[in-house]
Amino acid sequence: MKSTQQLERQLKRRSKAAKLEIWGRMVSLTALLLIVAVVVGIIGFVASKGIATFTSNHVNLWDFLSGKNWNPGITDAHGKPEVGALPMIVGSFLITILSALVATPFAIGTAVFMNEISPNKGAKILQPVTELLVGIPSVVYGFIGLSVVVPTTRALFGGSGFGILSGTCVLFVMILPTVTSMSADALRAVPRYYREASLALGATQWQTIYKVVLRAATPGLMTAVVFGMARAFGEALAVQMVIGNAALMPNSLVSPSSTLTSVLTTGIGNTVMGSLQNNALWSLALVLLLMSLVFNLIIRLIGRKGRLQ
Amino acid sequence: MSKKRWVQGLVLVVLVALGVFAYQTRQVSHAGESITAVGSTALQPLVEAAGEQYTSEHLGTFINVQGGGTGTGLSQIQEGAVQIGDSDLFAAEQKGIRAAELVDHRVAVVGITPIINKRVGIKNLSTHQLIQVFTGQVTNWKQIGGADLPIVLINRAQGSGTRATFEQFGLMKHRSKTAQEQDSSGMVRSIVATTPGAISYVAFSYVDKTVQDVSLNHVAPTEDNVITNKWPIWSYEHLYTKGQPTGLTKAFIAYVQSPAIQKTLVRQLGYLSPDQMLVERNAAGHITKTGGA
Repeated sequence: MKSTQQLERQLKRRSKAAKLEIWGRMVSLTALLLIVAVVVGIIGFVASKGIATFTSNHVNLWDFLSGKNWNPGITDAHGKPEVGALPMIVGSFLITILSALVATPFAIGTAVFMNEISPNKGAKILQPVTELLVGIPSVVYGFIGLSVVVPTTRALFGGSGFGILSGTCVLFVMILPTVTSMSADALRAVPRYYREASLALGATQWQTIYKVVLRAATPGLMTAVVFGMARAFGEALAVQMVIGNAALMPNSLVSPSSTLTSVLTTGIGNTVMGSLQNNALWSLALVLLLMSLVFNLIIRLIGRKGRLQ
Repeated sequence: MSKKRWVQGLVLVVLVALGVFAYQTRQVSHAGESITAVGSTALQPLVEAAGEQYTSEHLGTFINVQGGGTGTGLSQIQEGAVQIGDSDLFAAEQKGIRAAELVDHRVAVVGITPIINKRVGIKNLSTHQLIQVFTGQVTNWKQIGGADLPIVLINRAQGSGTRATFEQFGLMKHRSKTAQEQDSSGMVRSIVATTPGAISYVAFSYVDKTVQDVSLNHVAPTEDNVITNKWPIWSYEHLYTKGQPTGLTKAFIAYVQSPAIQKTLVRQLGYLSPDQMLVERNAAGHITKTGGA
């Protein structure tokens, strides 16, 4: 009788493995909840601060998005504060798109060389070099931009040298490693038998690369480019050092202009929490955050589309 | 199994150690022997140096000095988050600040001068010309007697104390045209030094051989001219407290204002002492003559 009870208890009791299972689940769930809380907290905080410009300072959303004058401390002839963010929004998009346009051919070219043409040399030389580029801090890029790119731009194209062109040059180098390594991953993911079948049909190596491998890897390559764009859009320090930070509509690639991030970094220390000037900067931060979410969504969409094929 | 135990034990020990450390530091910071000063980057070197001297003379005290800008300093002191707010401006000049709650302690005077790139070849400007340059009415230096170079304006960030002072007393309250903005004086100087046709403005202590300082109406930007207000572009450096200071805050501010610091550190770092001034200026910009010290 006693032994059956003992046996029953032993069987009904949670085993050590089961306890470990629960413990593991708890730990990973806590980690997840913590991260979710942080993300929700950040989004909530930026949103609440950013929306205050429109709710408590009564700035028209459309004026904010389409206005061309950025002087939050000053009111215009109608008594409304001048908080037109269009120059910064345009600047951010221009610099992002241009640097992605310049970086993409180089990145895909490098990735093709690394994966298809000369995998040995690629693994030995190019891989470490691109990884090294990732590790360089952005302030170093900015400093090189300020002391090399800006004077060169000034000598070649006139003006002060500060502007979208210099920013594009710096960002091009900054996003190149990201786009390259992700492109290389995308190419690596193309099944080997695609190449074998193409070569068996009599295609040359180059024909195989651009008719088969690149086509098959297109979704992955697009993800790589969008990732690079997301990084370019959010980069603050290096861009701020070379773009000139003038809240003007860019009328040429060598005229000083500004991005959302550069205005944020220069302005945030000189405004008072809760004032319109400060809230307007938070609104810029909100725009920045929303755009990053959009970039993430695009990456998701591309990924989903790629899987269906 | 024993390895896993060992790792778990290590994690536990680290967590406990961190907890103890945090608790200990919390205790210290509540002991009233530590204060924090936040704000103006123009004033930061002085407060830092004075803080170091003070803590080495008064063991057991700690003065934590941070930058962040005039706006940060004033908003943090208004919220009571720190003990001292460093500012280049009168609190009444900064939007969103309830100046009546704050007590002003002037610790230094800073002269600000326009600087231009050396290739421009101009050493004197009239106030009218300076306004024309910064409002964009002239766009090439040859229009006002300089070299044939386009004018490149470089501003400090909006809300910067240096910029506010320069616009009020240098441009006679005219607003500068929207142009490049930089967030530090060192950056401004290096850009003016390397960009042909560039003009900006910095505190006297930032002027060096790489840039040309400019006389205004044939008055040179020197300390002697600031003292008598013949050079009008200068501002006080303020330490603000919320209400009257007490304890270490009071002692430290008195220390910074004492002759020991005012006659040595303040001048070594390129500031003027408020005691030297033969005039006094109030928040509205009104000048009164005083005897001076």
